[in-house]
Amino acid sequence: MTRFIAARLLMIIPILFGVSFFVFMLAHIAPGDVTITLTGPYATEETREKIREAYGLNDSLPVQYGRWLGHILEGDFGKSIANRRTVSDLIFPKFANTLSLAVTSAALAYVIGLFAGIFAASRPYGYFDRITIASTLMFGSIPPFWFGLLLVLAFSLSLRWLPATGMTNLIGGGGPVDVILHLILPTIAAGAAPAAIIARTVRATMLEVLSQNYIKVARAKGIRRGIILRKHALRNALPPIATICGLQLGYLMGGVLFVEVIFAWPGIGYQLWQAIQARDIPTIQGASLIIGVSFVAVNLAVDVFNAFTDPKIRISEGVRSR
Amino acid sequence: MTNKDQIQETSTQRRRSASELRRENFHIMLRTLQLAWHAYAKDKAAVGALIFIGIIMILTIFAPYIAPHDPNEAVGTRGGLPGTDGLILGGDMEGRDLLSRLLWGGRIALLTGVAPTVAATCIAVFLGVVAGYIGGWIDQIIMRVLDVFFAFPLVLLAIVIAGSLDPGVSTLILSITIALVPYIARLVRTTTVSVKQEPYIEAARAGGATTPTILARYVLPNTLAPVIVYSTTLIGLMMVVASGLSFLGVGTQPPEADWGTMVSDGRAVLKKAPHASAFAGFMIVIVSLAFAFIGDGLRDALDPRARVR
Repeated sequence: MTRFIAARLLMIIPILFGVSFFVFMLAHIAPGDVTITLTGPYATEETREKIREAYGLNDSLPVQYGRWLGHILEGDFGKSIANRRTVSDLIFPKFANTLSLAVTSAALAYVIGLFAGIFAASRPYGYFDRITIASTLMFGSIPPFWFGLLLVLAFSLSLRWLPATGMTNLIGGGGPVDVILHLILPTIAAGAAPAAIIARTVRATMLEVLSQNYIKVARAKGIRRGIILRKHALRNALPPIATICGLQLGYLMGGVLFVEVIFAWPGIGYQLWQAIQARDIPTIQGASLIIGVSFVAVNLAVDVFNAFTDPKIRISEGVRSR
Repeated sequence: MTNKDQIQETSTQRRRSASELRRENFHIMLRTLQLAWHAYAKDKAAVGALIFIGIIMILTIFAPYIAPHDPNEAVGTRGGLPGTDGLILGGDMEGRDLLSRLLWGGRIALLTGVAPTVAATCIAVFLGVVAGYIGGWIDQIIMRVLDVFFAFPLVLLAIVIAGSLDPGVSTLILSITIALVPYIARLVRTTTVSVKQEPYIEAARAGGATTPTILARYVLPNTLAPVIVYSTTLIGLMMVVASGLSFLGVGTQPPEADWGTMVSDGRAVLKKAPHASAFAGFMIVIVSLAFAFIGDGLRDALDPRARVR
C-alpha cells in the first residue's frame, strides 16, 4: 500500500513540471510584446531594451523558466498587470471560495446522482428510470452558463427568493446564513451536469452488477430487495462509482468557472476570467497553475482512496509486498 | 508439370483474382455499409437526430438566403418579444432580429463544434496509433506529454489557451483542438495496443506486409470504429464548450452572431427579454443532444456484434 502511494506520488512530479512549463509558456505564446504592455506604445527602443534587460527577457527560455519556477516555489507569482497587486494576493484568498462552491456542488451531485442512479437501476425501464434517463441526457448537455442564467431568471428575478450575484449582501450582509443563501443557486447550476454524469454511471454499473448470478441467488434465497440493492449490489458497484465521483470533483475545480462568472462568485475562476478580459498574463498563469495543481491533487486522492477501498488492488498489493 | 509452368499458372491465377478481388471487396464494403445502416436505422432517436442535424445544417448553410434580416442590423425595438415588429422570434437587446442571428450563429456554433473535433481526431489518431503500435520510448514521450494536458480540466485548458491568444473563431477552434487531443489519443492508443496483439496482425506480418501496410490495412480500420463513435458524441460537448468560450468573451467577437455570444448578450436584458438568451441556449442544448444520439446510433452501427442481431 505504501509502495503504491509512493509510486503514485513519484508519477506526479514530472506531471507537475510539465504543468508548470505549460503555464510558463502561456506568456510566450501570448501575442504582442510584453515591453509594450509595460511601457506603453510610445516608449523608445532603448527603454524597451532596458526593460528586457531588467526582467531578464533576453535570456534563453530554459534560464527564464528556471528563474520563474524558483519564484513560484517561493510562493511569488509575480505582479498583476491589471491590478498593481501581487498575483498571490489576488488568488490565494479566492481559493477557499472556489473550493467551497466545488465541494457543495459535488456533494449535491453525489446525493442526486447516487439516489437517482440506484432507484433507476432497481426498476429498469420503469417510469422513474425513464425520467432519470431523459433528465441525465438533458442536464448532461446543458451549457452550465445558460442553466445558471435560467436559475437566476426563475429564482432571483421572477420569484425573488434568492440573491443573484455575489457571496454576501453588500448592506447588512455577512454571516454564514447569508453566504449559504448566496451559495444555493451556484451550487445547483454547477452540480447539475456532474449529477447527470454520476447518475448515468451509477445506473449502468448497478444494472451490470444486478445481472450477475449471485444477485439471482440472493433473490432466490428470498432476501429482501432493499438489502440486495444495498449489501449485494451497491457494494460491488462502488469502485467505478467512487472513481467517477472523484473525477467530477476534480472537473468542478475548473468547471465552476462559468458559474462563478454568472453569479459573480469571488472564486479563482472569476478572477481568471477578469484576468483574461484584462489580458493580465501573470494572473492567468497563477490562476491556471493553482487550478491545475489542485486538479492533479484531487485525482491523486481519488487513486489513493480507490486503492484503499478496492479489495482487488488491496489484495494484489498485499501479495506483492509479502 | 515443370516448376516454371507452376509459377506461370499461379501468376495468371493471381492476376485474374486481383480484379475479382477488387470487385468482391467493393461488394463487401457495400454490404457492410448496408448492414451498418440497418443497425443504425433501428435506433429511431438516432435517425431523428440525423435528420434534425441535416435540417439545421442546410438552414445555417443557406442562412444568407433564408435569414429575413441582416443579423447585425437593428430592425426592431430593443428586446422586442416574439411577434413584435414582424420579427418571428423577436429582437435582441439591440433590436437585431433573433431569428436571423440564430441562423447565422448556427454556422459558427456548428463549425466550432465540428472543426475542433475533426482536427483533434486526425491528430489524435496519428499520435495514438504511432504510440500504441511502435511503443517503446516514442510511446513514452507522446503519452507523458499528453499526461501534462490531462492535468487541466478540458474546459479550463481551452479557456486558458484561448485567453492567452487573440480572441476569434480560429483561436476558438485551435484551443479546443489542443485541449481535446489527449482524450482521443488515449483511446486510440488503448485500442491500437489491443488490436496489435490480434492474430491477424501476426499473420499479416508473417505474410511479409510492411509496417505502413499493416497500419493502413489492419490497424487503422479496426481502431477507427470506437474513435468515430467517441468523436461524434464529443461534437455536441465541444459545441457547448465553444459556446461557453464565446460566452466568456475569448471566442467569437461581437457583433458576430454565435449562440454562445447570444446567450451572453441576452444577459443584459434577462428580466425584460428572457427570450433573447433562451432561444440560443435552447438551440445549443438540442443540437448537442442530437449529436449524442447520433453517436449512440453509430455505436450500434459500427459494432459488428450489434449488426448481426
